Amino acid sequence: METASHTVESKTNYLNADYGIKSWLLTTDHKRIALLYLISITSFFFVGSFFAMLIRLELLTPAGDLVLSDTYNKLFTMHGIVMIFLFLIPSIPAVLGNFLVPMMVGAKDLAFPRLNLASWYIFITGAAFILYAILTGGVDTGWTFYTPFSTTFSNTNVVTAALGVFITGFSSIFTGLNIIVTVHRMRAPGLTWRRLPLFIWANYAASVIMVLGTPVLAITLVLVALERVFHIGIFDARLGGDPLLFQHLFWFYSHPAVYIMILPGMGVISEVIACFSRKRVFGYDFIAMSSIAIAVLGFLVWAHHMFVAGISTYAALIFSMLSFFVAIPSAVKVFNWTATLYKGSITFETPMLYTFAFIGLFTIGGLTGVFLASVGLDLHVTDTYFVVAHFHYVMVGGMVTAFMGGLHFWWPKITGKMYPEAFAKLSAVLVFVGFNLTFFPQFLLGYMGMPRRYHAYPPEFQVLNVLSTAGASILAVGFLMPMVYFMWSLQYGKDAGPNPYRAAGLEWMTSSPPPTFNFDETPVVTWEAYNYDEIDAPNKGVEIAG
Amino acid sequence: MAEHAHPTVKMFVSVWAALLVLTALTVFVATLELGPFNAIVALSIATVKALLVLLFFMELRYSTALTKVVVVAAIFFLMLLAGLTLSDYMTRGWSSYINPFH
Amino acid sequence: MPDSQTEVHNLKHHFADLDQQKATSTFGMWLFLVTEIMFFGGMFAAYLIYRLSYYNAWVAGSQTMEIQLGAINTAVLICSSLTMVMAVHSAKLGNRKLTAICLILTLVLGFAFLGVKAVEYHGHWVHHEVPGPNFHFEHEGNYDPRQVSIFFSLYFAMTGMHAFHMIIGAGLLTWLLIANARGRFSPEYNSPVEMVGLYWHFVDLIWIYLFPLLYLISHHHNG
Repeated sequence: METASHTVESKTNYLNADYGIKSWLLTTDHKRIALLYLISITSFFFVGSFFAMLIRLELLTPAGDLVLSDTYNKLFTMHGIVMIFLFLIPSIPAVLGNFLVPMMVGAKDLAFPRLNLASWYIFITGAAFILYAILTGGVDTGWTFYTPFSTTFSNTNVVTAALGVFITGFSSIFTGLNIIVTVHRMRAPGLTWRRLPLFIWANYAASVIMVLGTPVLAITLVLVALERVFHIGIFDARLGGDPLLFQHLFWFYSHPAVYIMILPGMGVISEVIACFSRKRVFGYDFIAMSSIAIAVLGFLVWAHHMFVAGISTYAALIFSMLSFFVAIPSAVKVFNWTATLYKGSITFETPMLYTFAFIGLFTIGGLTGVFLASVGLDLHVTDTYFVVAHFHYVMVGGMVTAFMGGLHFWWPKITGKMYPEAFAKLSAVLVFVGFNLTFFPQFLLGYMGMPRRYHAYPPEFQVLNVLSTAGASILAVGFLMPMVYFMWSLQYGKDAGPNPYRAAGLEWMTSSPPPTFNFDETPVVTWEAYNYDEIDAPNKGVEIAG
Repeated sequence: MAEHAHPTVKMFVSVWAALLVLTALTVFVATLELGPFNAIVALSIATVKALLVLLFFMELRYSTALTKVVVVAAIFFLMLLAGLTLSDYMTRGWSSYINPFH
Repeated sequence: MPDSQTEVHNLKHHFADLDQQKATSTFGMWLFLVTEIMFFGGMFAAYLIYRLSYYNAWVAGSQTMEIQLGAINTAVLICSSLTMVMAVHSAKLGNRKLTAICLILTLVLGFAFLGVKAVEYHGHWVHHEVPGPNFHFEHEGNYDPRQVSIFFSLYFAMTGMHAFHMIIGAGLLTWLLIANARGRFSPEYNSPVEMVGLYWHFVDLIWIYLFPLLYLISHHHNG
């Protein structure tokens, strides 16, 4: 096996190969572009969190005393748009995927480096439109842009925001396209499909959704904009159109988009859990195939968002049944991760803490999704806080937790520095506690009948809302801490060395930070993924750890 | 460059001629009253034309299996989009007494 | 040009050889076309649903289409596909002059298509068939004029998006012409010509379906 040299200090890496703002803004190095994305999405995460905090503050008391109802509509809309399109969708694929996919397949770069840079500029352009829409009065349609409200009645910046989402869509298409082509065409000699890390499988599956789904959202938003500007009536019942057609087209993308967000997170979990259990992932083939299954099944279930919108009962039954099927591959993953832990040599480093959090929270999020997929129950809790809690368990408890875990896991690879473990563990615990305190009460609120998207509520709901707001402030601390200690580690962190966790995978076989073209020599792969038994074998361990 | 079988100019011209003939044919058929078959014939001719363009002009015939899979997958997902949406529209009238929203 | 020199000049750093590079860009282009299929697919799905729901309005709207102009445009596009395929072919043979001629012909045919389309659009505008405040439709038939407006909305959205793709294609052709004049292409390196070719044929492909859907299948000659 290739091992990295010990002279890390003096070596040129992707960070010090070139200096100056121009060398960053015109770079085609996938690792630098990943960092550009990291900085951008982190900023947008805090913009989205700002709106979330205002929402939680408003809901601290039953009366609508902080903001007007119209302002509240704008707050949850902008929270949704920013978090989904500017943070969750690009988070893992464009940051960790961008950084790791070429390294994990043993390539020098993604297949189309200039397209990769273009995707970041497109992303920033789209984000600029969205921010402009926010700063000049906001949008109040909900992130879903439902017609006819968005096309006819809303008098906010719908077109600008929709245009921004449309543009960021292309950046996501290009990232997905790049990842698919890279996995197919750029794998190192000997790296067969079944030797690929599961992170690659997961990002590949998510990329398939990005390529197939995003264009449908794009054309739908174009039609919304045309309808709003020219009053053409495709989705407006007054003009003969059908608003439900909008919902069909919108959810054809936006339901699979949930899997764009969660699948790469699942990929992170597979990597981390194998490393800190010192075991090959249990049921590798099943986890790999379940990623593909989720990507395909994800396209068959969208109308479960429309059960109460007036779709046909028969279609509702079909979509309900198909939605239950998604639980199968998801459960396959959870069971296999759990089985990986069995008889493993488990240690509790920060990424592993996030992984445990992910498995528990994703399971809750997923199972409540099964409740919502059954028509009878959905009629009862739809548009209540039960739904809000459900998707936050998947999006924050699942996806953001996995992103944090992945960021900690690969931070030493990205920067060459270790973060302070004690602080990181504390923040992981804060995130877990804060998260549950924020969102678990919302399940109860929803079940008791508190509707979502209102800025005032009856006084009997106040206790649970106060708990939720208190939890949100703990969650905020949990997310702010890594900002501080990650920055701190850049200057004062211990040198990580090429492989601080003695992890398997090609990305750990080069120096940290990696050289510009990732590997000094193209690696030749002769081993299976997650060969922890070989790494931990007494006589080979030292060599692989570098 | 000669490692793959390459299409010839003669073939391109034949495909082009076939496409023009099919266009004339579909315009002619549209002047007949065939009821629902007007649509079926026109779309079948369009599909033949599309296949000619795909296979010969876009050289899908000479492409890798992977490329063919990609094209088939795109058509499959397009069918899903249209088909599952239709499953709603086609069944809305079936039993309005069950559906509380009608 | 000697082989090794082309290799050095055109091979990007992260590929092992020109074959891998070409296979990669071809695959990437096809994936991009998949996104284009899904992009137009949203409109095709909307078309399908509304045609099934509002068949009479579709018939009424279809009667106003100029089948001759549509057929001429179909022929023009098919011819442009032939010249495009010839451009790719001659670029592969390293015939710069023939490549240039074919690209120019393709460009001219593309603009001819857009010209005919503009004439049609003008006709629709004059007859108040453009959806919006100016829309006014009174012909015989059992239909709701608002539904005819949806037919025209989809007509303009689909053909407009198609025309927009043609304009982008014209830009790409111009870029190829310049690169070709500078001698960028050779028998060893010509994938940009091939990629634009794929794109151009794809745009043709969309029109092959738009023509029967919008002009032919709902048209009734006997009223």
